[in-house]
Amino acid sequence: MGYPTDRKYTKQHEWIQASGNTATVGITDHAQEALGDIVFVELPKVGAEVTAGKSFGSVESVKAVSDIYAPVSGTVKEINEELTTSPENVNKDAHSAWMMKIALQDPGELNALLSAADYEKFVAEEGGH
Amino acid sequence: MSSVEATSAVRKTALNAVHRQMGAKMVEFNGWEMPVEYPASIGGGIVNEHMAVRTGVGIFDVSHMGDIRLAGQQALAAVQHISMNDPSRLAVGQAQYSALLYPLGTFVDDVIVHRLGEDEYLLVINAGTREKDFGWVRDNTRQFDCVVENLSDDFTQIAIQGPKAVDLMEKLHGNMVDVPIAAAGPGASFQKLRIDADFRSLKFYWVTKGTMFTMTGNVRRNDNRIMIARTGYTVEDGFEIYISSNETISTIVWNGLLAAGKEFGVVPCGLGARNTLRLEGKLPLYGHEISDTINVWEAGLDRFCKMEKPEFIGRAALEKAKAEGVKRTLVGLEMTERGIARDGYKVLDNAGREIGYVTSGSPAPFLKKNIALAYVPLEFAPIGTAIKVEIRGQGVAAQVVPTPFYKKPKKA
Repeated sequence: MGYPTDRKYTKQHEWIQASGNTATVGITDHAQEALGDIVFVELPKVGAEVTAGKSFGSVESVKAVSDIYAPVSGTVKEINEELTTSPENVNKDAHSAWMMKIALQDPGELNALLSAADYEKFVAEEGGH
Repeated sequence: MSSVEATSAVRKTALNAVHRQMGAKMVEFNGWEMPVEYPASIGGGIVNEHMAVRTGVGIFDVSHMGDIRLAGQQALAAVQHISMNDPSRLAVGQAQYSALLYPLGTFVDDVIVHRLGEDEYLLVINAGTREKDFGWVRDNTRQFDCVVENLSDDFTQIAIQGPKAVDLMEKLHGNMVDVPIAAAGPGASFQKLRIDADFRSLKFYWVTKGTMFTMTGNVRRNDNRIMIARTGYTVEDGFEIYISSNETISTIVWNGLLAAGKEFGVVPCGLGARNTLRLEGKLPLYGHEISDTINVWEAGLDRFCKMEKPEFIGRAALEKAKAEGVKRTLVGLEMTERGIARDGYKVLDNAGREIGYVTSGSPAPFLKKNIALAYVPLEFAPIGTAIKVEIRGQGVAAQVVPTPFYKKPKKA
């Protein structure tokens, strides 16, 4: 699949779409497919600090709990309340089902992340499709 | 996102290639590589598979289960000695749920005992306990005049479960059903399957023999006397069939069941749905609700334990335990606050003190609730008791509810 080029990606299968000093974060289509039916999404509270590479919440399928990792550091400005009642939105369209919007601590951190092409390559090598 | 890799020395069932070909997500379970769920594109996914079994029909490869045969003059006495239920109640062709116990009254395994003949019994046991159980049975029946055989590798076992299971099987009775070949293989241009047996009138927990005809290209094969049991692990109506573990035969049967069941919306189902289905029905899983540190009374399996039998392994300890009184019991929980209780999570009282643990917990796709089974002290067992489950460091509210969580609807 062609991953949207308007954002960056992590090896933990998150995406981040930055606009100035804020960014929107979600998980990728590959992640939702690997998880199966998502039944629960746990997000941080507004105002919480998130740290690059550290868990900021979790996504649960019927069978398992998976941590989701912050691509960059920042402060949570908004969370997607819809995912509380409709976690399946992540399965339906992972690239639209955003999870949190954060104020970036250091926009420079985005440079270390993967482009859409690099992420696609990474997924292919990992054994995904 | 975290991920888990399967280890390398896993065993495979005869249907492994078929599952992979269908795009199933494979997982390691008790030393076996098994499908956990199938792709949404073919109607799979744990939730879809679960719902298919509750409303239509689903099929499961359960060949990882084990099979131990006891036959001979003293086969009944041997089974009596190792099994807590009473096999003398079984007519030829009848089966019963039971367990093999350690001298402490705790579980070696749970088992379905099938009486196949005058002096012939088949114990169907769990996948992870195949070797342990066989060793246990053999070592504890040496004094009896009977043979003990491990037939686990001889069978492919397929479960067909759901309100439309009978309809599906009847399509195969007296008809050679065309089996579409997913991948073009050398030689075989077509395959057919037929299974003759009296499916509709086979009673619950009874077993019969059927005749199976398979054709692949010009090669015809008759399997007389394949075993068909009206048993299952889903609470729904259905069958478990035991056929040759030959890969070609197994594949024809699997694909034939999918072909015959197409009009009933049949879906291939994996271990994910197998677990959520049995959990809704409060059916125990070895290593969770029952184990070598849990006794029969704690697990609430009294009705399958016939203390009126003068002797069986574990009887003395169970009598003593009954006299002393159980300290903990298995209860059903329903989450009342947002959160999913899972296997191993701690159960807390309302003051946050640890009082027990979750044996199995998961979202319940049919009931649309988050449910769990847990061991708690007796004072927390009454229906309606409010407790908490510790989820990622937080106590999340739950309450004790009646079990089973789900019962098969009575036919009108």
